[in-house]
Amino acid sequence: MMFDTTVKVSLKPGMLNPEATTIQRSLALLGYEVKGTKTSNTISFVIEAESEDDARAKVDDMCQKLLCNPIIHNYTISLIKMDFTCGSCE
Amino acid sequence: MAIGIIRFPGSNCDRDVYKAIELAGGEAEYIWWNNEDLTDYDGIVIPGGFSYGDYLRAGAIASNTPVINGVKALVKEEKPVLGICNGAQILGEIGLMPGLFITNEVPKFNCEWVELKVATNRTPFTKNFEKNQKIKIPIAHAEGRFYTKDIDLMKDQDQIVLQFEGKNPNGSMEAITGVCDESGLVMAMMPHPERATTSLLGSKDGLEFFKGMLDSI
Repeated sequence: MMFDTTVKVSLKPGMLNPEATTIQRSLALLGYEVKGTKTSNTISFVIEAESEDDARAKVDDMCQKLLCNPIIHNYTISLIKMDFTCGSCE
Repeated sequence: MAIGIIRFPGSNCDRDVYKAIELAGGEAEYIWWNNEDLTDYDGIVIPGGFSYGDYLRAGAIASNTPVINGVKALVKEEKPVLGICNGAQILGEIGLMPGLFITNEVPKFNCEWVELKVATNRTPFTKNFEKNQKIKIPIAHAEGRFYTKDIDLMKDQDQIVLQFEGKNPNGSMEAITGVCDESGLVMAMMPHPERATTSLLGSKDGLEFFKGMLDSI
């Protein structure tokens, strides 16, 4: 089974995020008063796995080893099963 | 008998470190990132630069290369390992030092001379200094703000090695900019000692880090 995977990596709550602070200040200069600005990274790829649980376990491992640093980051994983029969005539 | 200098694509302080080790009276050799067997070396320096373009996070990709297995093996053999700037960020990613160096409080690249305080001289790299001695070495980084969850533990274990004196240019926790592991043999520092090796450059305080390292092997 193939899964379209998206990992979202964000700083843990309470961590100083200077990039977000700068963006918020810049938005204020343009007249947009917003609060709670955050930034995050998304990493997307396609993975082959036995099942959704198997895919999730593999991606979780990737997050722990490379995609995130668990000291400062939280992450969310979203998996969408790719259905290749979609669009074909039955 | 030589100090190994690890090179990744994007390392750019490797030659400065080579010269610094020569000036300190030692012998140095370059090691490419795919070399896993480092048993011929008496110590390792991971120099600064922008390994792998700082993709994902500074040091994240480099910390998953084969050469790091060799570094871990040398640490087990109690050989000294010094990570400078990007090298320090790599040691943070590997987990060989306490805490991490993350984006500066003001998120821009900051290059200037700073005054530092030697908070402990129990490491091979700082043993030629007096405790609390003030030294002058330049910094050059955008991700050098020290952060840890275990500040009390670090104090108990005497793991704070260098602190900014006078001002804190990047917002580091307790102005910390050099730390070591429990043994003191693995040290990570953001300032560049290899850029302060002769009076002609403005200071030769940095040379003592390499002399100390060579003395201990």
